[in-house]
Amino acid sequence: MNYHIFREIADSWVLLAMFVFFVGAIVFAFRPGSRTVHNEAASVLFRHEDAPAPDTNVDLEART
Amino acid sequence: MWDWIKIVVLGVVALAAAVAANFARDLAYQVHALIVMAVAAGLFIWSVRRAGEPKSAPETGYMDGVVRYGVIATTFWGLAGFLVGTFIAFQLAFPALNFEFLQGFGNFGRLRPLHTSAVIFAFGGNALIATSFYIVQRTSAARLWGGNLAWFVFWGYNLFIVLAATGYLMGATQSKEYAEPEWYVDLWLTVVWVAYLLVFLGTIIKRKEPHIYVANWFFLSFIVTIAMLHIVNNLVVPVSIFGSRSVQVMSGVQDAMTQWWYGHNAVGFFLTAGFLGMMYYFVPKQAERPVYSYKLSIIHFWALIFLYIWAGPHHLHYTALPDWASTLGMVFSIVLWMPSWGGMINGLMTLSGAWDKLRTDPIIRMMVISIGFYGMSTFEGPMMSIRAVNALSHYTDWTIGHVHSGALGWNGMITFGALYFLTPRLWGRASLYSLRMVSWHFWLATIGIVLYAASMWVTGIMEGLMWREVDANGFLVNSFADTVAAKFPMYVLRGTGGILYLAGALIMAYNLWMTAFSKRVPAAAAVAAAE
Repeated sequence: MNYHIFREIADSWVLLAMFVFFVGAIVFAFRPGSRTVHNEAASVLFRHEDAPAPDTNVDLEART
Repeated sequence: MWDWIKIVVLGVVALAAAVAANFARDLAYQVHALIVMAVAAGLFIWSVRRAGEPKSAPETGYMDGVVRYGVIATTFWGLAGFLVGTFIAFQLAFPALNFEFLQGFGNFGRLRPLHTSAVIFAFGGNALIATSFYIVQRTSAARLWGGNLAWFVFWGYNLFIVLAATGYLMGATQSKEYAEPEWYVDLWLTVVWVAYLLVFLGTIIKRKEPHIYVANWFFLSFIVTIAMLHIVNNLVVPVSIFGSRSVQVMSGVQDAMTQWWYGHNAVGFFLTAGFLGMMYYFVPKQAERPVYSYKLSIIHFWALIFLYIWAGPHHLHYTALPDWASTLGMVFSIVLWMPSWGGMINGLMTLSGAWDKLRTDPIIRMMVISIGFYGMSTFEGPMMSIRAVNALSHYTDWTIGHVHSGALGWNGMITFGALYFLTPRLWGRASLYSLRMVSWHFWLATIGIVLYAASMWVTGIMEGLMWREVDANGFLVNSFADTVAAKFPMYVLRGTGGILYLAGALIMAYNLWMTAFSKRVPAAAAVAAAE
């Protein structure tokens, strides 16, 4: 394993993998149906101001 | 059982530190060994006195004690850092302020890293730890994971700061900008940082909300990346385990590249990603409306992560670094402008439909101007990374002006906004002690930054032009001392800006103190009485 092998992998497959991941992450953000999920996530910070959620999974299951 | 292990460990540490102080090869190491000995011995006595006492029932609410301490520490270190910064600004204008009796401890060279570390790591770091603990609990609907581990993170981090700061004054530095602390201080920070990651990640894992709110993504990327940067840039071999000196593993251009890969990503992930986590929580909360576009925040996050890490080489234009590497850094810096402005638009547009709050709420005004400065410095930065611009701006005061419009404007103002948001809530008060004082703080700080940035633009560009000026025969026109003399008025103006900024912070400290500790009726009681 020397610099040139590293460099070759970085220039080809790793570059491709990172680019695909990056584009994939953005495409995924625009997937159909993401709007409701995102609205839900954006309002998380208005829900539990004073105390943690109760210690059951009912909440979580009901919502998902 | 754990109580007894703790007592044994603390006793051994105190003893080992005493031995280390005895064998110390230099003053800084000796003082640090004595500090560690005192801390370990104090904790030892404290633990012995409490050993075997019945445990109180585990608490279930949010863990806010550590956030309260964080708010106090942030304010304290902020004042200390701003004060030292203002003082060294005047040292540059009036060299006589490098007093003879302070030579070797209080001259510019020793105080400058004290200032940078105090504002970035002490003020900024405590703000990041406190706000991330506050935000991750609220957005995960869960108490901090790990019990008292959060307290270890807080006190451990502040011990790191004390060791680093006292070390600089006594000359213990490895001469890497923003990574000055020597090897044993670096090791200690590594331990604290791993604990920080565990607390943060543990809380996210046990969250009661299905989503990980975007602020937590930014905080997590900040914690993980800083760990990686810190370890790689601090690969050293100590000269002696009883001394503070060490030797870098890398040398030459590799070392320089590693240093600026670290240095620029400290800006990118400590001063940007972490503080964006604050922005994505406090701005929507204070504006009482969700973030403008959650999709944009996701794109902002991934673009920032993928681009920032490559921007470091722009610090090394026209050096031994290969041209392709510095071109790479330059190109990525310019591309970075887009996600930065996407984030700025997202923060500003969160107020759409509520712009009237700018008139009535000085706290939101503070947050908005911080986002404005974020936009300004993330435009200026990419421009300065262009090789042709850099040829003029590099090594001049323009760079210092750029850093301060980002640090004072973006980091400082968003932190002040967060402190104003947190203090009444953490101490159970209905409101701040005085909103007029917030307005005063806002204007003092803003005018201070404008004076600072404007004077540094003028002096930086002047200096750059003077350095490159040649006469008809191709000889340089100005000596270095000519530029120093020409810069004097701008240095005084810069120091004046610092005084204004410091004065604003003092007003804030008084306001926060009166909010938290004055004998006014607590909010809960006031509400009860009203009913």
